[in-house]
Amino acid sequence: MNSRDRILGRVRRALADVPPHDGSYEEAVPRNYLREHGKRTLQETVDLLAENLADYRAIVHRTDTADLPHLITRLLAAHGSTEMLVPPELPASWTAAADPVRIHDRAELTPERMDRVASVVTGCAVAIAETGTLVLDGSPDQGRRRISLIPDHHICVVRVPSQVVASVPQALERLDPTSPLTWISGPSATSDIELNRVEGVHGPRTLEVILLDD
Amino acid sequence: MSGTFVGMPAFPEAARTAVDDPTLRGNLRHATHTIRAKRASAVAELADWAELREAGRRIKDHTLRHLDRFLEQLEASVTAAGGTVHWAEDAEEANRIVAALVKETGESEVVKVKSMATQEIGLNEALQAEGIRAYETDLAELIVQLGKDRPSHILVPAIHRNRGEIRDIFTHEMAAWGRPAPEDLTDTPADLAEAARLHLREKFLRAKVGISGANFMVAETGTLVVVESEGNGRMCLTLPQTLISVVGIEKIVPTWRDLEVFLQTLPRSSTAERMNPYTSMWTGTSDEDGPRAFHLVLLDNGRTDTLADQIGRQALRCIRCSACLNVCPVYERAGGHAYGSVYPGPIGAILTPQLRGTASEIDASLPYASSLCGACYEVCPVAIDIPEVLVHLRERIVQGGPAVRHGNKVVLRPARGHAAERAAMRAAAWAFGHPGALRTGQRLAARSRRLHPRTLPGPGRAWSATRDLPAMPAEPFRDWWQRTHGGKDAK
Amino acid sequence: MRVALFLTCVNDTLYPETGKAVVKLLARLGVEVGFPMGQTCCGQAHYNTGYRHEAEPLARRFAEVFGEYEAVVTPSGSCAAMVRELYPRMGERARAEGRGDSLARTVAPVVPRTYELTEFLVDVLGVIDVGAWYPHTVTYHPTCHGLRSLGLGERPRRLLEAVRGLDLVELPGAQECCGFGGTFAVKNAAVSAAMGADKVRNAESTGAEVLCAADNSCLMHIGGTMTRLKAGMRPVHLAEILASTEEDPAR
Repeated sequence: MNSRDRILGRVRRALADVPPHDGSYEEAVPRNYLREHGKRTLQETVDLLAENLADYRAIVHRTDTADLPHLITRLLAAHGSTEMLVPPELPASWTAAADPVRIHDRAELTPERMDRVASVVTGCAVAIAETGTLVLDGSPDQGRRRISLIPDHHICVVRVPSQVVASVPQALERLDPTSPLTWISGPSATSDIELNRVEGVHGPRTLEVILLDD
Repeated sequence: MSGTFVGMPAFPEAARTAVDDPTLRGNLRHATHTIRAKRASAVAELADWAELREAGRRIKDHTLRHLDRFLEQLEASVTAAGGTVHWAEDAEEANRIVAALVKETGESEVVKVKSMATQEIGLNEALQAEGIRAYETDLAELIVQLGKDRPSHILVPAIHRNRGEIRDIFTHEMAAWGRPAPEDLTDTPADLAEAARLHLREKFLRAKVGISGANFMVAETGTLVVVESEGNGRMCLTLPQTLISVVGIEKIVPTWRDLEVFLQTLPRSSTAERMNPYTSMWTGTSDEDGPRAFHLVLLDNGRTDTLADQIGRQALRCIRCSACLNVCPVYERAGGHAYGSVYPGPIGAILTPQLRGTASEIDASLPYASSLCGACYEVCPVAIDIPEVLVHLRERIVQGGPAVRHGNKVVLRPARGHAAERAAMRAAAWAFGHPGALRTGQRLAARSRRLHPRTLPGPGRAWSATRDLPAMPAEPFRDWWQRTHGGKDAK
Repeated sequence: MRVALFLTCVNDTLYPETGKAVVKLLARLGVEVGFPMGQTCCGQAHYNTGYRHEAEPLARRFAEVFGEYEAVVTPSGSCAAMVRELYPRMGERARAEGRGDSLARTVAPVVPRTYELTEFLVDVLGVIDVGAWYPHTVTYHPTCHGLRSLGLGERPRRLLEAVRGLDLVELPGAQECCGFGGTFAVKNAAVSAAMGADKVRNAESTGAEVLCAADNSCLMHIGGTMTRLKAGMRPVHLAEILASTEEDPAR
């Protein structure tokens, strides 16, 4: 008998008290919690997202399609970036006005090389207003998980209101678990020193979120 | 980590030392009081907290009651997604599996995401013995590793250290492990975090093997979830070519949708945030993105024994949030080390004696490390009735009885050292069953009251060393009642 | 309504004044209580220390002694919680151990009829102002089992606020356990004492003359710590404050 069978055997013996007809999972779990907290218009939901992002020290900008390239250019310049990482299918117009050299994320790009790139620009899959969270799912406008991790400056573009949901339950409905997912709520932080939150550890220390009007 | 828990004194003795350490008392008081108020307000933001808590409890209970089925389902979905599943009965087997997997890669160092399961099995020491160096990358774990210390909190293993102590550890120890601390390192938390960032970055960038635990495993999809703050988790989960996750078998949730409950309750309960900075979710391996090889080691190590106890099994609902530690008045004063386990605080007091058994002095003392005030139960996001389990385990210790150890049914003998107490409890129960005898005792005590000392010798000193005894009244109430009400309602 | 006083073994032996206060208070409110002499102990110390089986006969005795009353009032949050929360659990456990329904059936009738004093006053009698007079500065410590097991909530505070002459001041860290915890007080004496000392320091910081609670076990621990630390205040049971009047004042 191998360990798998021994463990499963122990589990079954441990559960001898559980009757064969124990009720279904659906019956066992009440789902009477809220799908979202409070009623808001789309615009109010977007406002709440902006508020909660800022509350956890993300820098929030709002713009439209026409001004987006100029805003990105300004943000990169303000950060002093000479290079920026871009995922394979970031809309070309977003960075059309930007001076920094585009470094395209390719398999042969080593972590050491990425570490020398100052900024990264990505899209996102969904944003959660109640928690101020961005979720990236590795789609071609977001790229591999590492590109939004190694550079110290992350610019993330969220299409509003189409990519915004109110709550965690609504976000999970939109996401595909087979994709690698990264949930981001503010810049990297730690509570490890005296249980006080401090921003800025291993992930990007500056997170700029652009809310782009659809 | 070079500190271990072997040969720990029983809880009361270890706690006494901690209570007398003013720095430790100050550090713990400051940290736990800071987080308590924040947690309360983060929880108060959600009008449906009670419903979320109940749903979390039910999801976990249902999973535990059908754990065999969900384990098999998880194994199938992880395998289908490109992962390899291993099963480990105990710490020794889990360590052997992990060491062999690391050796297969030809590497001699690994980067680690903070993980309670690998702390529990002593993985770092086991890898060290095989010539493999494990680097802890969570800030608090790094502080513990560099300080050759032991963890004292589930979420913040270095909670017993203040900023000044952390600065000294970084200044003196970092050089031996890699990039030294900056020469002019101050004790401001931002500078300390920056020092850790610089020290660990070179390790992340060259790492070929990452080791993690997981907060949740979704049976239907094979998805693993790691909840973190710093980004060290993301580094370890995405940059290496090989990822090995060691996860307790109780960490399963049945469906993807179940995450909607725990991703709301866990961050608010642990760091008091609406959401923690980073959460990673991965299902097997993905083309081009992340590790090429993914191994999941499913760990028993006493969990099936715990599952066999119908009252004790609720401890397996735990999602390791630490809210019970932060609110516990005993933890606040005794500190985490006194619990002699990587699981300190109220949850540790019910988990450790079930995972390890109650044979050792420290483990048998843990169920008594509580005033049963109930604050832990009140804050638990999966409604573990910790006081109920504590009392249940006390019963197992003083009275013995059936239990399961290493998968075998055993009958535990009553613990030694409780004989006098047992006799006293029985005598008291007898007296309380005979009001006449009780009354005689009360009268004797009342009449001799002028002879009573205010402090006691022998075992009574445990009380009277710090507290005066109440003065004995001239007569017990029942005598007064008899005199004044003439035995009305006498029975 | 036939109402019994369940005084508890600790109060009977050590704090008869609390019992007398309950009798006086309820008489003033028109309730004549009985004191069945067969009462002893609810078994809480046994149960909580791991001697559930030794506690079972005490639960049966309680049910038999108080069975004929419509209400049982006790000036102890933890003993009330023992009856209300843990007697049914003991019955369930006995059943699960294959020992039948006898214990569960025996205790069932008395469980919902057992009230902690402030519950009885507020919920059953419907009074907040009990006509008391107590010209002192008081801070209130909610004891754990009253607070968390019974959910006494604002009842004790509302009763205190209605007492004439009483100045109620907020206790910092009020909801933190005082460190008594039954046998915990001696099994983990160092931590228990540290908790007690912190409670006393918090109480002293209010400047109150009196620390009030609705459970004498906790007050025995807090009071013993107060005299040892030479704190300038004293512990008083809530019942004694509520019983106090201008004609017959409490200390």
